[in-house]
Parts: sequence; structure tokens; C-alpha cells
Amino acid sequence: MDSMWLKILSAVLVLGWIAFMWPRAKYWLRNSPKAQEGDWRTVLLPLAAVVLFVILLIMSVR
Amino acid sequence: MNRLDYTAVRPAEGAISSNKLVKNTYTLLSATLIWSGILAAISMSVAPSPAIGLGTSLGALVLLWLVLPRTANSAAGLGVVFAITGLLGFGLGPTLNYYAHLSNGPQIIATAFGGTGVIFLGLSGYALTTKRDFSFMGGFIFAGMLVAMVAILANIFLNIPALSLAISAVVILLMAGYILFETSQMINGGQTNYILTTIGLYIAILNIFTSLLHLLGALSGDD
Repeated sequence: MDSMWLKILSAVLVLGWIAFMWPRAKYWLRNSPKAQEGDWRTVLLPLAAVVLFVILLIMSVR
Repeated sequence: MNRLDYTAVRPAEGAISSNKLVKNTYTLLSATLIWSGILAAISMSVAPSPAIGLGTSLGALVLLWLVLPRTANSAAGLGVVFAITGLLGFGLGPTLNYYAHLSNGPQIIATAFGGTGVIFLGLSGYALTTKRDFSFMGGFIFAGMLVAMVAILANIFLNIPALSLAISAVVILLMAGYILFETSQMINGGQTNYILTTIGLYIAILNIFTSLLHLLGALSGDD
């Protein structure tokens, strides 16, 4: 029963975060400037580095 | 000539205000992270129930949603930021206690902590040195966050371990993107309030830390 209440409280918290983020998400979905050629490449490079780094961290604790 | 003088001075003024914003943001961010760490340590020693941990996070969300927007442009906003980060830090206690009791728990916590620091500093350094405008990512990041939130909500009741790990991996990538986005907003004039920038970066760091903790805990073979 306690676990069910924890799940309900967690769900309320997540719904709260969704409601909190909703206006900002709506704004950026409507007003984000279009990416220029090469823009995504400049993002994918650091994100790929993050992925590799996380894999390295996982290997270090195994 | 006047026009030339004017155009020569404007970028310098912009750079000064941008530098001031960056300095204020990182000073406040450092202070809130230390404060949050102290509260997390207190929470670990008090060992509150997970329900209290969730309750404090809910309290932080209420402050973030209802109080911070009204106080962000005044000195009172600083107090609200410390209240929010303190509550979120305290709410982290039960999670940290859970991992601390694993056989390699302290190593997992230390690795997640150090890893979060490296990811944040690396991404911030990249955004600050390239000075690129990453605002084109705004829609993608926020849509991704909403999808991740819906998946988290579903998995609270579905309880699928593989989905939970996938969500953690996606959250790390989304928060990494958010750090690039928010830092570029700060240096390109999209955001001028250091209190709001600080809280955005703090939440990104917290999410990377908890997701990394989850991934390392689950994949270390001791979860």
C-alpha cells in the first residue's frame, strides 16, 4: 500500500514537472530559429563525446 | 563618425554585460551546488523516508513554479533559489543512501559526481569558447523533455527496467543539449537573468547526476 502511495506521489511530481515545462516547451516549439547548415554537426560532436565518456564511466565501475 | 563610434561601443557593452551574467551565474551555481551538497549530506545522516524525499522535491517544484517567477528580478529571488536547491538536495538523500549501501556504492556515487562535473565543465567550456548560438535546439530539447517525462510517468506504473535505463540515457543527452542551449542563451543575449539561468543549469546538473547514478548503479552488476 505504501509503495502505491509512493507511485502516486511520484506521478504527481512528474505531472507537475510536465505542467511547469509546458509553456516554455510551447514557446520554443513555435519560436526556435531554423538550424543553418552545419549547426547540428556542432552539437553532435560534444554529444558524441558525452556518450563515449558515459560508456567509459560505466566500464570503470564494472 | 558618430555611427562608427556607436557600433564600436555596442559590442563591447554587450560583451561586458554578458561576462557579468556568466560570472554571476557561475558564482551562484557554485554556491547552490555546495549548499545542495550540504543538505544532501544532512539528509543522508537523517535518513528520511522516500516519501519525505519526494515531498521536498514537490515543495521545490511549487517554489520554482509559483514563487521564483515573481521574485527572479529582486534580491528575494536569491533566497528562493537557495530554498529550491536546498529542498532538491535534501530530496536526494534517500537515493544516495540507497546507492551508498551497495557494496561498491561509494565508488558509484563518486564516479557519478565526478562524471557530472566533467560533463558540465566540458560542455560549458565548449559553448563559451565557440560562442555559437544553439537556440535552434530549443524546440527539439523541450519536446524531448516532454516525451521523456511522459515515458517516466508511464514507467512509474509499468516498472520496466530496460525502459528506465533508456530514459536515464536519454535524459543525460537532453540535459547535455540543454547545458549547451542555456549557456549559449547566456552569452548571446537570449537570457539576461542570472537567477533563472542558474536554476536551469542546476536542474540540468542534478538530472545528469541522478541519471548517471542510475546507469552506473544498474550496470555495475551490483544493483
